[in-house]
Amino acid sequence: MNWEAFWLTVKLATLVSSILFVIGIPIAHWLTSSRWRWKFLVEAVVALPIVLPPTVLGFYVLIALGSRSPLGRWWQSLTGHTLAFTFEGLVIGTLLYSLPFAVQPFAASFAGVDSRLLRASASLGMPPLLTFWRVVLPLSKSGLITGFTLSFAHTLGEFGVVLMVGGNIPGVTRTISIDIYDQVQAANYSSANQTALVLLIISFVLLSLVFGLNRRACAVGPWK
Amino acid sequence: MRAAIAPLTAGLSSEVEIRIRKRFHNPEGNFLLNVHFRALAGFTILFGASGAGKTTLLDCVAGLTEPDEGRITVGGEIVFDSENKCNIPAWKRNIGYLLQDLALFPHLTAEQNVAYGLRRLRTQEREARSREILMAFGIDSLRDRRPEEISGGERQRVALARALVTKPRALLLDEPLVALDRPTKSLILADLRRWNQDHRVPILFVTHSGEDVFALGEEVVVLDAGKILAQGQPKDVMYAPRVETVAQLSGFENIFDATVVAVNKDRGTMTVRLASGPVTLETPLVRVDPEGPLRVGIRAGDILLATESPRGLSARNIVPGKIQRLEQRDGIVSATTDCEGTHFEVHLTLAARDALELASGKNVWVIIKTHSCHLLAG
Repeated sequence: MNWEAFWLTVKLATLVSSILFVIGIPIAHWLTSSRWRWKFLVEAVVALPIVLPPTVLGFYVLIALGSRSPLGRWWQSLTGHTLAFTFEGLVIGTLLYSLPFAVQPFAASFAGVDSRLLRASASLGMPPLLTFWRVVLPLSKSGLITGFTLSFAHTLGEFGVVLMVGGNIPGVTRTISIDIYDQVQAANYSSANQTALVLLIISFVLLSLVFGLNRRACAVGPWK
Repeated sequence: MRAAIAPLTAGLSSEVEIRIRKRFHNPEGNFLLNVHFRALAGFTILFGASGAGKTTLLDCVAGLTEPDEGRITVGGEIVFDSENKCNIPAWKRNIGYLLQDLALFPHLTAEQNVAYGLRRLRTQEREARSREILMAFGIDSLRDRRPEEISGGERQRVALARALVTKPRALLLDEPLVALDRPTKSLILADLRRWNQDHRVPILFVTHSGEDVFALGEEVVVLDAGKILAQGQPKDVMYAPRVETVAQLSGFENIFDATVVAVNKDRGTMTVRLASGPVTLETPLVRVDPEGPLRVGIRAGDILLATESPRGLSARNIVPGKIQRLEQRDGIVSATTDCEGTHFEVHLTLAARDALELASGKNVWVIIKTHSCHLLAG
């Protein structure tokens, strides 16, 4: 069991799911409340990572982070090195990759809040943003937890984008899924099995947690 | 029905003027809500069958739906004007709205629900104000419970308290008494009347129950398929309906002014004398102001006719009279019966008419159960 890779992966997943929690909420709010006619295009872009091969996404992220792109050059002038093959670059690539796993549960739970409550809130003098804060968010707790957990679990198991953007640098960009790949390449099956099993168990526990929570939410109403 | 509305009098600030057109849909198709009326401080009943456009109208006033065109003023201030592209958002209008399905926040306690609209106040003042209204509504003991933990009637009162505590400039109530049992209904009505005495603001009260109109109405506006059919005092509009729809909607073919002559507490009844003649009726005992105006409503289908003096009947009201007129309408016969000056409209089947050989001038007995006499407080 490669603990270095394990903790790196946990660090990456925690960071990515936390950032997605913060930026995913406004995006999901916009997606559920906007009446812009081209909104569906944004929805499609947000959902792209679900269907796109990770290598395709990773390839474009690599190009965008490289020293030939404006973003890459700006980062290089700021820090002295490029984003590609660094932990920061890995975070950016994984953010894009896990975005729909946070935004879609958020948006689904926001849209599921009874619109009559929003009407009542408005008639009680509450501006729309405060209504979102005081009614929509509290009633979307299970969706928020689902989105956070799914993006965390999804980042844990990420392989393609990580390999494209981060490479395989021990302690910097070598995550457990890449470590498993390495072990298999080295015909080190028992070690690969050990790591794979840990990943399997964590993912299973997280998903059971999500489904368990959602079932309880349906049965007894929103969080007491 | 008013032909035109007099210009706004300066100084009369607490009134609502609504002149709007709005297309709306209901299960029966597309309609155009096209209304123009004013509501002064006090109760204005918006009365009509389901789908008449009553809720759409309230939504427009509250700012939750935008009318296609027109103008709405509340307390002299324009909140919507299509000509000047003015549409103040709902949350800035300060209009209380009790939605038909209440829409209590399920994640908040009763007290938090009530305090929700008081966000501008400081915590102490907010707590004091919401506690005060919870006490006044007799629901203080429920303050820490969530909506799902209290009964329907209690929820209704929490929702009402929540709408009233903000001291709105106008109040919109969408069927606030529907689905409530009679005692709860009268308690909530009493709360509303009391509140209305202290806060003279226009109250638009939507209902499809004729009883509510008499219980509260200072002014009634009858809506059908988006249009105003009649407007005026309940007794003018409902008692002598000039429009047939109003009579059908009100559901009471027989409405009499009455006075209480005796109260039989032990039997749970009281005796009232009808203003139209010497007839007295036994009615259910209800809390009414003995000096105040009182009306009794009886549905024509709830009255029986007998051609011989009936004996051994449970019905308490047996009044001798004479058939004055028989009219056949579709499958029913409407018999107008004269009982010493009081005219009862009675609905019978064709078979009943033939079996009793009813004809004008025939002596009959009018039979009415105590509980078929509905008291409509004025």
